[in-house]
Amino acid sequence: MTDKGGLRRVKALIIKEFFQIIRDPSSILISILLPLVLLFLYGFGVSLDLNHLRLGLVLEENTVDAVSFAESLSNSPFFEVRRGSDRRELEDLILAGKIRGIVVVPSYFSAFKKRQDNIAPIQVIADGSEPNTAAFVQNYVLGAWGKWLLQEKINQNLRGLPLVSVQPRFWYNEELVSRNFLVPGSLAIIMTLIGTLLTALVVAREWERGTMEALMATPVRIYELLIGKLIPYFLLGMFSMTMCVMVAVFIYSVPLRGSFWLLGLVSSAFLFTATLLGLLISTLSRNQFVAAQASIVTGFLPAFILSGFIFEISSMPLPIQFVTYVIPARYFVSCLQTLFLVGNVWPLVLSNTMYILTFGLILLVITAYNTVKRLD
Amino acid sequence: MFSRVYAIIIKEILAIWRDKKSRAVLIIPPLIQLFVFAFAATLDVKNVSIAILNRDMGKASFELIQRFKGAPTFNHVRYLEGVNEIAPTIDQQQAVMVIHIDEQFSRNLYAGKEATLQLILDGRKSNSAQIVQGYALTLIDQFSRDFAHEQGFPVQPTMLIGRNWYNPNLLYYWFNVPNLCGVLTMLVCLIVTALSVARERELGTFDQLLVSPVQPFEILLGKTIPAIIISLIEGTIIIVAAIFFFQIPFTGSLLLLYLSLFVFICSIVGVGLFLSALCKTQQQAILGSFVFMSPAILLSGYATPIENMPPWLQTVDLINPLRYFLVIVKGIFLKDMPAHLVFANTWPMALIAAFTLTGANWFFRRKLE
Repeated sequence: MTDKGGLRRVKALIIKEFFQIIRDPSSILISILLPLVLLFLYGFGVSLDLNHLRLGLVLEENTVDAVSFAESLSNSPFFEVRRGSDRRELEDLILAGKIRGIVVVPSYFSAFKKRQDNIAPIQVIADGSEPNTAAFVQNYVLGAWGKWLLQEKINQNLRGLPLVSVQPRFWYNEELVSRNFLVPGSLAIIMTLIGTLLTALVVAREWERGTMEALMATPVRIYELLIGKLIPYFLLGMFSMTMCVMVAVFIYSVPLRGSFWLLGLVSSAFLFTATLLGLLISTLSRNQFVAAQASIVTGFLPAFILSGFIFEISSMPLPIQFVTYVIPARYFVSCLQTLFLVGNVWPLVLSNTMYILTFGLILLVITAYNTVKRLD
Repeated sequence: MFSRVYAIIIKEILAIWRDKKSRAVLIIPPLIQLFVFAFAATLDVKNVSIAILNRDMGKASFELIQRFKGAPTFNHVRYLEGVNEIAPTIDQQQAVMVIHIDEQFSRNLYAGKEATLQLILDGRKSNSAQIVQGYALTLIDQFSRDFAHEQGFPVQPTMLIGRNWYNPNLLYYWFNVPNLCGVLTMLVCLIVTALSVARERELGTFDQLLVSPVQPFEILLGKTIPAIIISLIEGTIIIVAAIFFFQIPFTGSLLLLYLSLFVFICSIVGVGLFLSALCKTQQQAILGSFVFMSPAILLSGYATPIENMPPWLQTVDLINPLRYFLVIVKGIFLKDMPAHLVFANTWPMALIAAFTLTGANWFFRRKLE
């Protein structure tokens, strides 16, 4: 048989697969509707930006110092301040989660402030049941306090200024919008869903119905069969990806500072790997229910939790950190965030793409091996 | 009527328990998720890599660097040689923060003048970068105070004292595990109910139920009660693990927790039966549960706080039962939440349960008749 015959067979398979995709509403649902819904949720629903931190404030004295501090808190755009006459009054609110912290200026504040031997304390109580928010309460109050000190310094030549003045700079995301890194990261999850879950479900159905065996009885060769399955789902995934990038850039106004083509290249490497994982799962399970479970457990959940997309990998326990090295999504998330926010950082993007491709090749070999065996 | 419902309940439980696959789905994945999520899904900031560019030759900067090296949060410290190394270090994610100390640092400090220090942070990870910045600011403030004290300079007259109630060390898994109690119970409850009718339809046994003398309402009851029992057991397993394995402090009332758990489960069973009535095959039921579960979890306050969402989405989120239960479960575990606050979060779930259960009942009748 000539190469020409092979090409013709692959083409026929691809056309068949395309018709199957178009005719089946569930693949349209997974590849177009689900990405848009997820992108919507990650763009609007999931946000780490605490713009209106609700705080309680107790002034136990009404001196000039206490009032000026209270004003600088109330005027800060980061807080929504609720005044209470004593701590107990606000305790119910913090219990109910209506406020995230209480700032207390004690009755001896200005008296201590005037004396040389005592330091005037301001107490910041945060609701530790939400640890991340609590850390932000402490940080933001620290920031507001620093601003107040500076203001004081200008107003009245205050003794003992902070000796070290710190100038923080946040590169690549100056306004600190969490959407700017959550939306690019979520593309990795969406690609995993399409590449792995969709491919696994569809091919598993083919095994369940027995049409796979019918295909194997035809003169089609094993690698032609693999290519014929890979290409349509790969193209579908790239279509989804392009759609999602458009939504990210034009609707969520996430900056795309790197090259669009480099992004396309990295995405195709990842999609290739994700699709192969889907093929492998379906070949091994041959059952839709198991295929769905397996692709959620090996594809979706690791992409969500272990990729560093929201949760910092370096904070995980060591054994789990080792596991993240074999999760292709980890490398993809890092590439996505870099390409969107930083630009073409070649060393990082190239080395991560190499990792992704390596996983892809390993999966290709395993899949080809397993499919060959089934033919016997 | 009672004996008929009882018979269906026994049949349902046996059907789930006898099938090896569904038994495994109920026990193993939730437990694995509990353990992996509890430790991996963390917004904690630990083991941070930082880099320092020190262009100062004095003693003060050396002391400051020692403090950074000694801090438990920062465990990899790299030293940079020049300003041109800053950009590649951040770009290639070799450090989250670069501390840039200029030539004048020690000289200014010893002269009692203000010394400047630049922190460059990776905005790609704005959440951890801000927390790292907070650690750095606290450390530098402490250094500056100690330095002034040593040198006999006037010390800054005010000070912030931070305290964290309910979780003094801000351990993230104290937040995670009680939340997972809600999330995983919902997951199991939804799968059990959504698949139960769909599977019977696929196998054709649903028609057999229809020709038996049971009423549609009794079928519904027979599907609801086992799901509630199984979910309560699942919830109990997680609560026991939380208290005895994870050693999360349990400060509130167990009775109140179970009461609200029961109402919560009822509302989810309603959703599951609703899906069940809509879906013809198991695959549709799986996809349907996924479509319900993703927004329910992402918008529950577990992933990120609800108050960060745009106001209109917060309004939409009022129909999400999970958000109420997460407030209760965290409150009862960590805050010793009083009864009136528990009820304030329970009645919306009861309302949702009443709505979804009657809705499911209506759908069922329509499908059957």
